[in-house]
Amino acid sequence: MATQSTEKRFSHKKLERNITLLGFFSLVAVAIGGIVEIAPLFWIDNTVEKVDGMRPYTPLELAGRNIYIREGCYLCHSQMIRPFRDEVERYGHYSLAAESMYDHPFQWGSKRTGPDLARVGGRYSDEWHRAHLIDPRSVVPESIMPPYAFLAENDLRTDDLRNDLTALYRVGVPYTKEDIAKANEDLKAQVDPASAADLQKRYPKAQVRDFDGDPARLTEMDALIAYLQMLGTLVDVDKAAPQEQAHAADIAQEKAR
Amino acid sequence: MDGVVLKAGGWLGLALLALVMAALAVDAPFAVHMGIVAVACLAVLWATVSRADFDGIARGILKMPADEGVYDDDPIRWGVIATIFWGAAGLIAGLYIALQLAYPALNLGFEYTTFGRLRPLHTSGVVFAFGGNALIATSFYVVQRTCRARLAFPGAARFVFWGYQLFLVLAATGYLMGVTEAREYAEPEWYVDLWLTIVWVVYFVVFVGTIVKRREPHIYVANWFYLSFIITIAMLHIVNNLSVPATIFGSKSYSAFAGVQDALTQWWYGHNAVAFFLTVPFLAMMYYFVPKQAERPIYSYRLSIIHFWSLIFLYIWAGPHHLHYTALPDWAQTLGMVFSVVLWMPSWGGMINGLMTLNGAWDKIRTDPIIRMMVIALAFYGMATFEGPMLSIKAVNSLSHYTEWTIAHVHAGALGWNGMITFAAVYYLVPRLWGRPRLYSLRMVNWHFWLATLGIVFYAASMWVAGIMQGLMWREYGADGYLVYSFAETVAAMHPMYLIRAAGGAMYLAGFVLLIVNVWATIAGKVREEKPMTETPYNAAADRPLAPVPAE
Amino acid sequence: MTYDEIRHFADSWGLIVMVAMFLLFIAWPFRKGAARHHDEAANMIFKEDDNGRR
Repeated sequence: MATQSTEKRFSHKKLERNITLLGFFSLVAVAIGGIVEIAPLFWIDNTVEKVDGMRPYTPLELAGRNIYIREGCYLCHSQMIRPFRDEVERYGHYSLAAESMYDHPFQWGSKRTGPDLARVGGRYSDEWHRAHLIDPRSVVPESIMPPYAFLAENDLRTDDLRNDLTALYRVGVPYTKEDIAKANEDLKAQVDPASAADLQKRYPKAQVRDFDGDPARLTEMDALIAYLQMLGTLVDVDKAAPQEQAHAADIAQEKAR
Repeated sequence: MDGVVLKAGGWLGLALLALVMAALAVDAPFAVHMGIVAVACLAVLWATVSRADFDGIARGILKMPADEGVYDDDPIRWGVIATIFWGAAGLIAGLYIALQLAYPALNLGFEYTTFGRLRPLHTSGVVFAFGGNALIATSFYVVQRTCRARLAFPGAARFVFWGYQLFLVLAATGYLMGVTEAREYAEPEWYVDLWLTIVWVVYFVVFVGTIVKRREPHIYVANWFYLSFIITIAMLHIVNNLSVPATIFGSKSYSAFAGVQDALTQWWYGHNAVAFFLTVPFLAMMYYFVPKQAERPIYSYRLSIIHFWSLIFLYIWAGPHHLHYTALPDWAQTLGMVFSVVLWMPSWGGMINGLMTLNGAWDKIRTDPIIRMMVIALAFYGMATFEGPMLSIKAVNSLSHYTEWTIAHVHAGALGWNGMITFAAVYYLVPRLWGRPRLYSLRMVNWHFWLATLGIVFYAASMWVAGIMQGLMWREYGADGYLVYSFAETVAAMHPMYLIRAAGGAMYLAGFVLLIVNVWATIAGKVREEKPMTETPYNAAADRPLAPVPAE
Repeated sequence: MTYDEIRHFADSWGLIVMVAMFLLFIAWPFRKGAARHHDEAANMIFKEDDNGRR
């Protein structure tokens, strides 16, 4: 009797006939997985280990990053070195979570039609990048990369970058009020060594020079090369490694307890 | 009359607003997009005030039968045509970018024709334009038949169709102009996302409204799959596209999440786009069209219930397998792997349910090319859902990740499963929607079947070889302890594989051209005189009584 | 709540609850009296197949 009455109150038959219930339970079923997996990442503190050296992008690097995104570079280039011997030898120290902590959006990629770029900064000269972007096959005959000669011709959009920094500030990137107010000046200062002292103070390790070989103009090529040349250069990974070991010791201790 | 004035005023207001936004735009693509929106509003305005019978005109052009008192099939007919149109666009874009990888000169040197801008056009074109239109059209078809009720809100259903096309046009033109959020399969920018959200909510209302006014007590299982597709895609779309625009007069926005969190949110979305866009609603198609075409009920309705709940519950966890060995915490990777492997079971349960529906009618695979397409679709579904769990195992993934193997896997699923089941549904629908006795030609369906199947074999086989070769070359060490191959050498080694892949894609596209011709001729009312697919053997000479033989 | 606590909960009670739920879902369609109902539902799409025309 008891089972019968429960069946009257709730049964799959009812579910099969009630659109609201069916919809609700479908939502519950699909929500569980996402909540359990994603939510902890936001409040478990060891998701992103803190490392020294990370700072937000300079306005010029950010502009370059936006061009990287616009041209769909992420479709063929990853920015995530996995901890395997061959990858570490080919591309450098494996990527740390903290290295993409200011990346809105992340650019880890999913495919290596071309090589990983997570630590490409400083590996090639500006001239090499410029020649490679204009005609990839002039420096790498086997390359199948599209040519990006138009970047050298397009002037960099210099409308209000303060908006972009403000938007990033709103989603959690620690730009200061001064950074935001001076965004447009900073953009130009990074290609002009004479006026970059202030920029370099606020953005440590910012590389200041003309990147595209045409000091008269600020082009999209300047911005993109500035971005490529800073990739992977902020964090001193050899210094970060002992920190990790210290942390590993912490965990071992916790486990022992 | 007042209603018309009000409506017209509203559309005019929207058009003007869009023009103001275009004038204030800080970047050219945003201005172009607002211009497109203004033109769309003006088109609706013109349609509202001219009060011409546009449905009638469309019926005339498309030779659609009028449908008084029967199901509301106009949006479905448009949907079938849109499916075919976008399918052609997406496949051509795919073939073109495949050739670009073999011959980079095809990038042409224009910023609008580089691989980086055309690739989202291909992926969105086939997934959201071809697949999306097919799903909206078939869901409207199936929900009406299984509820024995007309669509709940006819006006809203038309809004869903046209609104979705506007979304596709904005997304596609945006990609060409470099407007992208850089999240794979969620590339459209913030304002396009907002528009899709509105369209999607209306879609939900029409679908649920129709189910609410149904004349059947039971909600057929296909509708469960469609419903969970609509709900889950809404959830995924909204969460994954949370972002802050730099200015509301520009196209650029910044994702709400960063780094690890952003990566996991994206692949939670990305994998479930595969699950809830390319699997669940296509299974809905299977649960309706396979039994209908085979003229027998689904093998086990009981299994379909288990299939439904286990599939939707398990699928949502599988996302982290896209991030193996990355900076994502290890526990999330392991969780993703375990659920991906477990997922193999419900996936095969669904496949078996579909295939066993033919139990007792296996001869139809020989005689009915549409059934044959459905069977090969299920076979590819089974293959892809075996390969998927295998690739999600960390040890396998360490080799396969970042390589062409992923591309092979995706295309076995997309071309084999999604493509074939959609073609079968289109072949099923067209004669019924246009009131024709049968398709123009069944033999062309047969040709389409073989071209497409061979095309997939070439495609998948070449990419498997390419992917494994790539993965092995990257990690190859010589006796001297150094890496053997430079990256450029591994790129050069791909060239022959890229050529074979392009050939496979071309065959698949050729099969699709046959579909276009066949559908076109069927709509035009033509019926091809042809030898039937099978003939019962008949021997006139033997068809007589035995003459009595005199005894010797 | 720390990562370790969640981890322990997930691979003990969490696991048991989910397995139990899963078994319940599997068992449900096999309950007595469901077969006839499922038969009806499966054949529903073949009823009055007139495309809605009268």
